Amino acid sequence: MIRTYLSLSVTTVSAASAVAAESSGETTFPPFDPGYFSTQIFWLLISFGILYFVLSRGILRRVGQILEERSDHITDDLDKASRMQSQAREAQKHRERALTDARAEAQGVVEATRQSVDAEIKRSIAAADAQAGEQAEIAEMRIRKMRSEALSRIDEIAADVAQAAIEKVAGKSVTVARIKSVLN
Amino acid sequence: MAADGEGKRIDPISQFEITPMAEWKVGSYDLSFTNSSLMMLIAVGLILLWLFLSTGRRSLVPGRWQSIVELSYEFIGNMIRSTAGSDGLRFFPFVFSLFMFILFANMLGMIPFFFTTTSHIVVTFTLAMMVMCLVIGYGVYRNGWGFLRLFWPSGIPLAIVWFVAILEVISFMSRPISLSVRLWANMLAGHILLKLFAGFAVMMVGAFGLFPGVFGALIPFAMTFALVPLEFLVAFVQAYVFALLTCVYLSDALHPGHH
Repeated sequence: MIRTYLSLSVTTVSAASAVAAESSGETTFPPFDPGYFSTQIFWLLISFGILYFVLSRGILRRVGQILEERSDHITDDLDKASRMQSQAREAQKHRERALTDARAEAQGVVEATRQSVDAEIKRSIAAADAQAGEQAEIAEMRIRKMRSEALSRIDEIAADVAQAAIEKVAGKSVTVARIKSVLN
Repeated sequence: MAADGEGKRIDPISQFEITPMAEWKVGSYDLSFTNSSLMMLIAVGLILLWLFLSTGRRSLVPGRWQSIVELSYEFIGNMIRSTAGSDGLRFFPFVFSLFMFILFANMLGMIPFFFTTTSHIVVTFTLAMMVMCLVIGYGVYRNGWGFLRLFWPSGIPLAIVWFVAILEVISFMSRPISLSVRLWANMLAGHILLKLFAGFAVMMVGAFGLFPGVFGALIPFAMTFALVPLEFLVAFVQAYVFALLTCVYLSDALHPGHH
């Protein structure tokens, strides 16, 4: 098997070398055949010329435009995005300022309300105090009057008692005025 | 021997033969339309069709096809910018056409029974000469006599600068040869190898019948299987190398002073 393989490879090599030997003779190695040089060069120049012409005039310019448009678009979008971002930052700042303002205002309202409520409470306490003091004074005055009344009637009662006692004890009638002058 | 008939059938050279499809002679020049011309036109047609259809909608958000076009556009653009600088972008259509033409010609050659235009030294040499003519023409147009500074490196002692200048001239002269032979030899060798191994597998079966022949065909078949992706890679890499070297040479035309 191996021997036949080897002998076959030998025949192929010899066939190839036979071709090579032939090429030096009547049939030339095709890539070196000068008979076809002119047609090869001519058609290569024609086809490459067409390719170059169409590419340089049309298609490559179009591709370049597409890429340029895209990069323009992207830079535009990036610009827009950064502009919007700065706007958003501005809005955020604005909002924060509004928030702090509102907070301060709310604090002020709370303070004012507290003060007014405090003042009202003080006022009503004071009013209640004043009323209570007034009533206490009125009551005191009444007590004082009642006491002085009572005290003034003590003299009369004492005089009455003394007149009655004198009548009973001494059997004499003495006038109340007399007794009063004696007592005082 | 039966192997003689088999040997003819797997001749790896016959795939490079040119067959005229329409004879046309102008004076002493043969300008016949051949299978090679057909493949060139097919390559050009495919490139144009591809680019035209996939950029037709000009969408802002690219679809799959359009982004392939855009990727290759940027790929070539970056290649030029990194090797020849931004002023090299004036050659963008040329480098793009060159890269796409070679790439499509190489790739079309990978389709079985299709002719590989880039496997002919005339074709690759003509492409290389186009590059060299552009380099010299633009270099002289832009720099005048200053273009000769390309061969006169600065900062080298006068005693040996002559020697260096001669070397520079020789290396400049050999550029079209190395440029064309690199592409051509790669395509030619790859296709010969593919044909040889694939033909070998077929020959094994032909010589020994299906049963024992299959085992003999196993190794060449595996080789073919491994070579196909390699050849696709080579087809791309060679187109890339050709375009890249074109950019490097164009950079010389743009800035002959420093290198």
